Amino acid sequence: MDTRQSSLAERHAVADGQPQVKFVTRGVHVYYGEKEAIKGVSLDILNNEVTALIGPSGCGKSTYLRCLNRMNDTVDSARVTGSILLDGTDIYDKKVDVVQLRARVGMVFQKPNPFPKSIYENVAYGPKIHGLATKKADLDAIVETSLKKAGLWNEVSDRLETQGTALSGGQQQRLCIARAIAVSPEVILMDEPCSALDPIATARVEELIDELRENYAIVIVTHSMQQAARVSQKTAFFHLGDIVEHGKTEQIFTNPREERTRDYITGRFG
Amino acid sequence: MTDTSRTTSYLQSEEAARRVKKRYAAEKRFRFYGLAMISIGLIFLAILFYTIISAGLLGFQSSQIKVQVPLTAENLGIEPGASREDIEAISGFKLTKLARASLHTYLGLADGDRDARARSDGLLSNGVDTQLRDLILDDPAIIGSTVDVWLMAHGNVDPFLKRQISRDLPEERRLLNDQQLGWLDRLAADDRAALKFNTNLFKMGASADPELAGVAVGLIGSFFMMVLVVVIALPIGVGAAIYLEEFAPKNKLTDLVEVNINNLAAVPSIVFGILGLAIFINLLEMPRSAPVVGGLVLSLMTLPTVIIATRSALRAVPPSIKQAALGVGASKMQAIFHHVLPLAMPGILTGLIIGLAHALGETAPLIMIGMVAAVFDIPGGPLDPATALPVQIYMWAGLPERGFVALTSAAIMILLAFLLTMNATAVILRKRFERRW
Repeated sequence: MDTRQSSLAERHAVADGQPQVKFVTRGVHVYYGEKEAIKGVSLDILNNEVTALIGPSGCGKSTYLRCLNRMNDTVDSARVTGSILLDGTDIYDKKVDVVQLRARVGMVFQKPNPFPKSIYENVAYGPKIHGLATKKADLDAIVETSLKKAGLWNEVSDRLETQGTALSGGQQQRLCIARAIAVSPEVILMDEPCSALDPIATARVEELIDELRENYAIVIVTHSMQQAARVSQKTAFFHLGDIVEHGKTEQIFTNPREERTRDYITGRFG
Repeated sequence: MTDTSRTTSYLQSEEAARRVKKRYAAEKRFRFYGLAMISIGLIFLAILFYTIISAGLLGFQSSQIKVQVPLTAENLGIEPGASREDIEAISGFKLTKLARASLHTYLGLADGDRDARARSDGLLSNGVDTQLRDLILDDPAIIGSTVDVWLMAHGNVDPFLKRQISRDLPEERRLLNDQQLGWLDRLAADDRAALKFNTNLFKMGASADPELAGVAVGLIGSFFMMVLVVVIALPIGVGAAIYLEEFAPKNKLTDLVEVNINNLAAVPSIVFGILGLAIFINLLEMPRSAPVVGGLVLSLMTLPTVIIATRSALRAVPPSIKQAALGVGASKMQAIFHHVLPLAMPGILTGLIIGLAHALGETAPLIMIGMVAAVFDIPGGPLDPATALPVQIYMWAGLPERGFVALTSAAIMILLAFLLTMNATAVILRKRFERRW
């Protein structure tokens, strides 16, 4: 626990200056069997920033996101080429352990998917399997800080033993975020985290994403232009498996360079 | 379609009303058909239960005759306070003679009337010696006293006390003649011949006499086999299913294995019996008629069912649960064993229940490995010769004595009770695993 916290503090110290680069991806191609889903995407993900991936359905933004923690490995037909460097190390290198990688790069899914277990067990599962806490007291502390960071502690502190699936949709999604941050990741990937939530729960999660930016690099896939504009600092516009344009969010939304970006943002297609 | 007023006027027309009426009528008809099907099923079930229970209840009773037996030390030929071995060594002939002599005394038959004596002997079971010996073994203090004890009546007496055979039959076609029936009436009037609970049914094995036959050997044999099936088929089946579903590479070989597993589930059970005979008995030289071989054969037979049920249960778990586990850095195996498998457990147990119920009722493969033998001794372990409940039923169904008809139905009732107990256990287990997601 102590070592984890100090390493977290070190990361912050570096981050105080210019945001450091977390992910460097160059020429990423993904094939599902014969079909090429991503055609050579190059993008940098910076620390302490929210990077939003936008684009019409089937444009490859989720596929790209799932390359970053190698979730595509679970799809038999998927094949990834190109280089994806996390802190300078190629995550598709044979020496990289995928289990360790996923502890460093957490993920929140489209539909809230808490385990059908207690709230406590949901959050404690990750730290347990990674051996982050051996004592019950340490585990309790991790669960509490994670739930606090996810802004859920005040709502559930008195009923940690109830089923995670018994919470409301918005609470479930924040529980999933707490579960992801419990293993102290460096990057959090979010695949349309608010698409199954109502506007109030969405606002709550967006607020949370903004708070989490202080400690993590966040990549979020979203269908909502407004959401991308609200929460992100960088935006990348995907279309037909390619990045059409990427850059600062204000610039993309106020003064896009490409015709297609302008059309998509103004709602002419998508 | 764009003209809303035309659509509205059509929906209010008579033709539209007729269509709606027709749709409702079709639904009503379908409901009626469904109800009719279920009713027919229930009626047949009720008839089945009525036939089995009405015939089987008699099997739970046996005719007994109360006799005063003087168990004097002199009659038994042992000292008072004799050891267990001494009591066990008393000859059965002596005990039988003692019981018969007591009945002669009661009926007042003269020493010289050999024919009448022989006929009176025919009222008592051939197993009275064992009954008397057990009585003395239970309480050796009764040596020296005269006991008034209920002894098993002969199998020929049973149908008359149970009124299964009419007394109006001509004497030469009856199992008991008029004199014997007269004695029986005398005994009954004196409260010395009656129907009692048939304890032999639960503590005896095979016998040629219906009053001495029981399901104990079959029950124990079936129990050993079911334990073996659970211990062997459940872990192997679940393990194979997890491997095939989650780990196996998708190639031609896996496809071939899959197709074969599905085919194995449909292979006639006797083929598994031949397999058991060839491999376990001939090749591995395992004992014949042993529940261990039966259990292995039934496990092989149950495996495809368990594998197929487990695979579909695993597939039914939402993939989001596995992804969530992988997302926090669980290994594939951790994701499956910590999250997917517990959620699949109810489905797996359902498959196991079906497999076990199938295995419990199986006769044909057990006949192939020699479990159809008449086994008299209660098996002490899975290596001792035994039979199985359904095999016992099969054997009794083929015997000509009247008493076995009732026993067959009684054994079917016991088999059903066994099955219900087993299923109830599995249902309770399943309820404990059931969680919503």
